[in-house]
Amino acid sequence: MARALINVPAKARRGEVIAIKTLISHVMESGFRHTNTGVPIPRDIITAFVATYNGEEIFRADLYPAIAANPFITFHTVATASGTIEFRWTGDNGYSATEQVKITVE
Amino acid sequence: MDETTVPGQEGEGGRAATRRDVLKLAGVLAVAGAAPTVTVRPAAATPADMQAAIAKVTGDAKLSVGKVKLDIPPLVENGNTVPCAITVDSPMTPADYVKAIHVFNEKNPQPNVISAKLGPRAGRASISTRIRLSDTQTIVAVAELSDGSFWSDRVDVIITLGACLEDAI
Repeated sequence: MARALINVPAKARRGEVIAIKTLISHVMESGFRHTNTGVPIPRDIITAFVATYNGEEIFRADLYPAIAANPFITFHTVATASGTIEFRWTGDNGYSATEQVKITVE
Repeated sequence: MDETTVPGQEGEGGRAATRRDVLKLAGVLAVAGAAPTVTVRPAAATPADMQAAIAKVTGDAKLSVGKVKLDIPPLVENGNTVPCAITVDSPMTPADYVKAIHVFNEKNPQPNVISAKLGPRAGRASISTRIRLSDTQTIVAVAELSDGSFWSDRVDVIITLGACLEDAI
């Protein structure tokens, strides 16, 4: 199971712009490296990141090998209603990880 | 072909080595010499590749300079993790918002870094991440606005230790 760190304010005022920070542990092997014996190391990266707020997509990013290991992504959204923000990372070799965070909007 | 003998060398069956034998041997040696695996590294993306990747995003639209702020340190010690933040000057209303933010590089093996899709729902067109840079190069951030215009910012970054291509242990 992948380890993910997510920073979302637990409480927010309605209409407030909140910052969301996400970090997930992943090697992000670029596919351009070789072992000492010259054997290429196959690519193993996260290719897509999607965030949904109560089922509505709020952010999506396509990642390439130029993203550093343990991808750290921050973005913003408007706090509209209390509910769940869900994060999904998908990648090579059938990689998929999902995390959820609850937010209370007053 | 005439069977010219090479003095001082014995060919097949005890007879003097012919010019043909010598050439055959030379051919074998040449192949054997080339055989040890030569790892061919992928050529780094060139500025032309980056232009092509940008053109793929912008299409025929004009790429203007401005509105975008690419925040990246100008001197980086370790190219394996380079903090990189992109902020676009936009009210982020349903009538005028940033649709997408793309980041490109010149000299990594691939020109793309990240493509993020936003909407008016974002409230603020500001993202950040950590990227890899293999060499001293220029980074370009491109923002696509809801009215179909494209804006960009570019930053020259000096890298002391490059990422991506070092061998794994």
